[in-house]
Amino acid sequence: MGNNAIPTESPEHVMEVSDFWMSVHEVTWQQYELFVRRDKNNADPISNEKLKELGIDGVSRATQPYTDMSFGMGKEGFPAVNITQYAALSYCKWLSALTGDFYRLPTEAEWEYTAKGGVLHDYFTVINSLDDYAWHKGNSSSHYHAVGLKKPNSLGLYDILGNVSEWTMDAYAPYENKSTKDFWRIPQELYPRVARGGSWMDERSKITPTHRIDSQPGWKIRDPQLPKSRWWHTNAPFIGFRIVRPRVQPTPEEIIKYWLKPIEDYN
Amino acid sequence: MKGSAMAAGAVMLDPFSSIASHFNTSVDDTIKVALIGCGGRGTGAANQAMKTKENVKLVAMADVFEDRLKGSFETLTKVHGESGRMAVPEENKFLGFDSYKKAIDLADVVILTTPPGFRPWHFEYAVQQGKHIFMEKPVATDAYGIRKVLENAEIAKAKKLNVVVGLQRHYQSNYREAVKRINDGMIGDIISGQVYWNDGGVWVNERKPGMTEMEYQVYNWYYFTWICGDHILEQHIHNIDVANWFIGEYPVRAQGMGGRQVRTGKEYGEIFDHHFVEFEYPGGAIISSQCRHQRDCMSRVSETFQGTKGSVYTNSNNKALLKNYPNSILYEHAGEGDPNPYQVEHDELFAAIKEGKVIINDAENGAKSTMTAIMGRMATYSGKVMNWDEALASNKRLVDDPEQWSWKSQPPTLPDENGFYPIPAPGQTEVL
Repeated sequence: MGNNAIPTESPEHVMEVSDFWMSVHEVTWQQYELFVRRDKNNADPISNEKLKELGIDGVSRATQPYTDMSFGMGKEGFPAVNITQYAALSYCKWLSALTGDFYRLPTEAEWEYTAKGGVLHDYFTVINSLDDYAWHKGNSSSHYHAVGLKKPNSLGLYDILGNVSEWTMDAYAPYENKSTKDFWRIPQELYPRVARGGSWMDERSKITPTHRIDSQPGWKIRDPQLPKSRWWHTNAPFIGFRIVRPRVQPTPEEIIKYWLKPIEDYN
Repeated sequence: MKGSAMAAGAVMLDPFSSIASHFNTSVDDTIKVALIGCGGRGTGAANQAMKTKENVKLVAMADVFEDRLKGSFETLTKVHGESGRMAVPEENKFLGFDSYKKAIDLADVVILTTPPGFRPWHFEYAVQQGKHIFMEKPVATDAYGIRKVLENAEIAKAKKLNVVVGLQRHYQSNYREAVKRINDGMIGDIISGQVYWNDGGVWVNERKPGMTEMEYQVYNWYYFTWICGDHILEQHIHNIDVANWFIGEYPVRAQGMGGRQVRTGKEYGEIFDHHFVEFEYPGGAIISSQCRHQRDCMSRVSETFQGTKGSVYTNSNNKALLKNYPNSILYEHAGEGDPNPYQVEHDELFAAIKEGKVIINDAENGAKSTMTAIMGRMATYSGKVMNWDEALASNKRLVDDPEQWSWKSQPPTLPDENGFYPIPAPGQTEVL
């Protein structure tokens, strides 16, 4: 993990991750809005016992945004953006409560592992013909694109690099030179947290499996209210997410740690 | 505020004022602010006021809902409690429909952020008392209210009061850069344009047990025309105002169509879910205005205009793109790192108050842009052509005088036995 050539990605270190599934595409507006609206999910709710296994006693409802959060770039088939990490994680919680399976955001280590093509380690191929795989500043025509239009990487993941940056579970901090298994830097503060992959707004040099993005209060600069929204950024049309499901479901006690509490934004 | 910087200078130069200086070694430059309307936006505006570099203190708060006032007080105390800028003692928290007067009396500057229906009276009182003002858009919901604001805008001008209206695109760099170039003739004269606020709609506040009808309507205000003005005012005014600003005129005529086709639940009160209006300007420009609250349709919030020599595109995400015909870029605004327009509104307001060199008066434009949106609503509700002069002279009032405001008073629209409200019907509804 990491890249010694770049200070913020140093030092390179080995990380081990347990098996997981990852969504092939970035979560789209249509998928995300099912969660925001909660009016199309009245199918069989899972049992209370199942909810207990998932450490869920309720899922907060996202607010309806005041304006068009896609900034006119399109919604049908396009990745959801301007989503806070709390909102992305709440989507996972909602989906878990709906399906009975545990979904969450990837950790930084999990994300980097998949972006490098896992054990297939194809990422030099990807970087060398980046335009075939990724939307970035040089080819995006200043907007994001529908998911799945470029080639997938060797794990079958589309747009893992570029298009929109993707939330991880982690707080942003310099790497420690420690090799551990299933490492997750649990956020204690609202900012900064880590997003990965680069986006349609980034130079191609930022579209790598190791580049790290630290979230900032400025991503909500045009939120006129106080406290600022838990659910929406106003200045982050580059930030979206995809989800993972661990192959072995953790215990309820472990799962609860992943359901991060909201922190009010008074910036 | 005891004295502006200029007054302080005058005091020091005056040899006869040495006695006064014994009492005051430094001039008290505190600017006292009152917040009228303590919702999320009001709290945000108070925060922005306290974040300016001037010595701003929030001294009084007013609302009609106790929980709103309490929540706002707690939030602002968290952020500004330590700096001492949050200075609202218990006795300066005022509840009730007449609370605005008590809070305004205590301040130098007032923030008017209640739902728009009440604004003309809040503005009038603040001007009467000689206060500087930040007020949110829209500034009224009917022509009577507009006339009141226009009248008081003149008085504010005469009294040299600063008035900033929350049409924050006027304080946003990309719009300022675009309008500069339009006025320099980069795209010639604007002859047509399209302005949009099409999206899925906003929040709903559900009726709580025990609420009077008045209480419910003020709580779920977005969906009642007398308080909100309909979304063509509450949101789309931003884009319509850009048309007025870029063209440099206000329209003489409007005609349009609208209705309520998808969002028909009783919790959505009486407002339409779409409006389409054609505005005709004195110079001949025609502007198409679209606003829609319908889900899973095209989302677009932006402005486009065609001039005799080129076109301009702007949106609130810091974009401005000016092109010639057929399609070469004349100017593209970079936008990255632009300041927060909501903060700039307050930075410029308080700087103007402190320095006393420039007087900002957004009230007249705020009233006329609000009137433009009202004229559009009159056109879609009635299905008739609306002329500016007739629309502005309309005596159909939506909001009663403040003496009538109470939780027990009867709002101008009432639900039927199933909880549904009467909906305007083009061809039948009278608006003038």
